[in-house]
This record gives sequence, structure tokens and C-alpha cells, in this order.
Amino acid sequence: MKPNFEGALEQLTRVRGVRGAVVVDAQDGIALAGALRDGEDGDALAALAGAVMMRLVRGSDAAGLGPARLVYLRGDDGLLCAAPFGGTLLIAVLADRSANLGLVRLALLDAVGGLAA
Amino acid sequence: MTDDIRQLTAAVAADPSSLLFLDLAERLRTQRLYRPARTVVERGLERYPTLAAGFALLGRVHCDAGDHAAAADAWHEALRHDASHLEARKGLAYLDWRAGDIAAARAGLEALMHDRPGDAGVRLALAGLDAQSVPTADVTIHEDDAVLAEGTMLVDDAGMRLAGRLQRHGGADVSEAVAAELVGASREAARAARLLGLGAWRDAAVEAATGGLHVVPPTPDALLIAVRDRRTPPGRLAMEAEHAARESRVWLESQG
Repeated sequence: MKPNFEGALEQLTRVRGVRGAVVVDAQDGIALAGALRDGEDGDALAALAGAVMMRLVRGSDAAGLGPARLVYLRGDDGLLCAAPFGGTLLIAVLADRSANLGLVRLALLDAVGGLAA
Repeated sequence: MTDDIRQLTAAVAADPSSLLFLDLAERLRTQRLYRPARTVVERGLERYPTLAAGFALLGRVHCDAGDHAAAADAWHEALRHDASHLEARKGLAYLDWRAGDIAAARAGLEALMHDRPGDAGVRLALAGLDAQSVPTADVTIHEDDAVLAEGTMLVDDAGMRLAGRLQRHGGADVSEAVAAELVGASREAARAARLLGLGAWRDAAVEAATGGLHVVPPTPDALLIAVRDRRTPPGRLAMEAEHAARESRVWLESQG
């Protein structure tokens, strides 16, 4: 059965402050599906999220932390949060400064859990 | 060769009596150009044979290049000219730790702490010693935690360790391996934050199966890395990393 990427992404975009969410093949940074506000660039989000998240995960691997379940990057004006699933895939969420990291984190883990089930 | 190294090289060539040779050697060291760094500082010391800062820097270059005996000689020479020299004393404590003499390393760092209570680097190093000096027999290592590293570490923008360390429960030091990966991640984070409209990046984190990792840039040229096992909640790890980053910022700024 084809995974319901669109449904999972739509759920994520309902979280306050979320500008968009994409499913990314992290190995090549290609967006497989996306739900984005007008004006947001899903391809750029996929490429940049894939690159930074894979780098952070390599650091985590070097520390022997085991498989990553969630990665985030915070800036002064917002955050990027990602969770891997299904081997090389990840969901990346881009949010503005009004977003609550805890809520985005929970919604993302729920979404990944739903896709992995 | 970077522009600042070119400019410093030109400045030192134009005025060989200038103390700018210290800046040039330090920039070469941070770029891991150890041989030219050593040459620059040794030539400078020919003009300033009693300059403790020069011998201290020479010690750091030797140490980074892996020549610990030469590093010890240089740091002892620095202390001969200035018995209170901070970097030389830190360096010798580091060499004690590398040699497995934890008691001597602790004594050196505690003396430094007494003289420089506000020095975040010394505090971080002492915290690292505290983590290491727990008797192995008292540590319960779960099978899946045996390769997990823990600790707090400050590195420069070339991935070279400035203070602290990360050590696996099994004993292996993974500081350099983690630093090498995360310095690259730091650059990617800055780029991604800028291009995605997130502003200046503040921190990043990984939550993983057996623990968590948190990174904070205390300054644009440095990275604070904290790793804890899964008993530390992500929010607390973030707080600890941010606290250590604030102390590191003060220390880095005090270094000029």
C-alpha cells in the first residue's frame, strides 16, 4: 500500500507556526511530497534539510548514540525539525518563530510513527 | 591559504620585530598547518627569547602536531619566564591527563581554578576529569551503551578541541571524530538557517536511541558540543549546553 505522505504532511501544517513540511529522500535531498505555504520552496527545504540533518546524524553516529529519531535546528526566526523513517527517508518541518518546538516535535514523531506503522 | 594568513604573513615580513608573529602562528595552527606555524613561532622566539606567550604557543603547536615531549619542553620553558602562564599550565595538565596521571592533571587544574576562578575552559576540563575519574567498577555499562560517548567539549572552527572532551563508556576518546563531523554540520546549519529564513542559527540537536547530542555556537568561530545518555531529558541537555556555551563565550572573549 502506498504510504499516505500527503495526509501526514497536512496534519503537520496544522500546527501553529509551521510554514511547510516535506518528505525527503535524505541521500539525494529530493522532495518526494510536500505541503507548503504559498511562497515556500519545497525543493530548497528538502535539499537543505537533507544536508544539515545528515551531517548532524553523522556527528551523532560518531558519538555512538545509535539510530537518530529526531533532529532539529533553531534560528532566531524559526526552526527546522526532521525525523527519519523508512531507511533513507525523513520528514522535514519548517516553522516560524511563533511555533512551539515541543508541539512540532510531538506532531512530527506522530507523523513518522503513522507512516512507519 | 586564507586572506588573513596572507595579510599577517605580509605584516610580519614588513616588520620582523612585530609581535604579530604570534597571531600568524596561531592562525596557521588553527588551519592545522603545524610545520609553518612552528617555523614562524621559532623565528619569533629568536627575537624574543624570554616571551612566555611565544613558548606557550609553541607548546600548543607541538601538542596539536602530536609531539607531546616537545610540547612539554615548550610549556616548561614558558613557565620559566612566567610561572603563572595560563595556557602553559593548562597544557601541562592536559599532558598529565593524556599520560594517565589523573591526580597530577587534577592538581594542576585545581590550582588554575584557584588562580582563575572565572575560566570556563578550566571548569570544563575539570568537569571532564570528574567524569573520567569515576572508578570503572562503579559504572554500570549496559550492553547497548558500551559505545556511547558522553561529555562536553568546545572546539574551534577547524574542529580542534579547545576544552573538554567526549569519551565512550568503554574508554575511547571520540572527541576528534565527533568534532570533525559537527564542524561540517555547523557550516551546513548556518547556511540552511540563512537560506530558509531562520535567521542566525542558535542551536541544533539530535535525539537518538541511546542518548542525545546538542550543539551551540558560543561565537561564530567556535562550537560547544554536549552529549548525554538517554537518562538526561532533551530539554535539560539543551539547558546544560546553553549554560556551558555562555561560559565558553565569556572565556573566548577573554582570550581576545
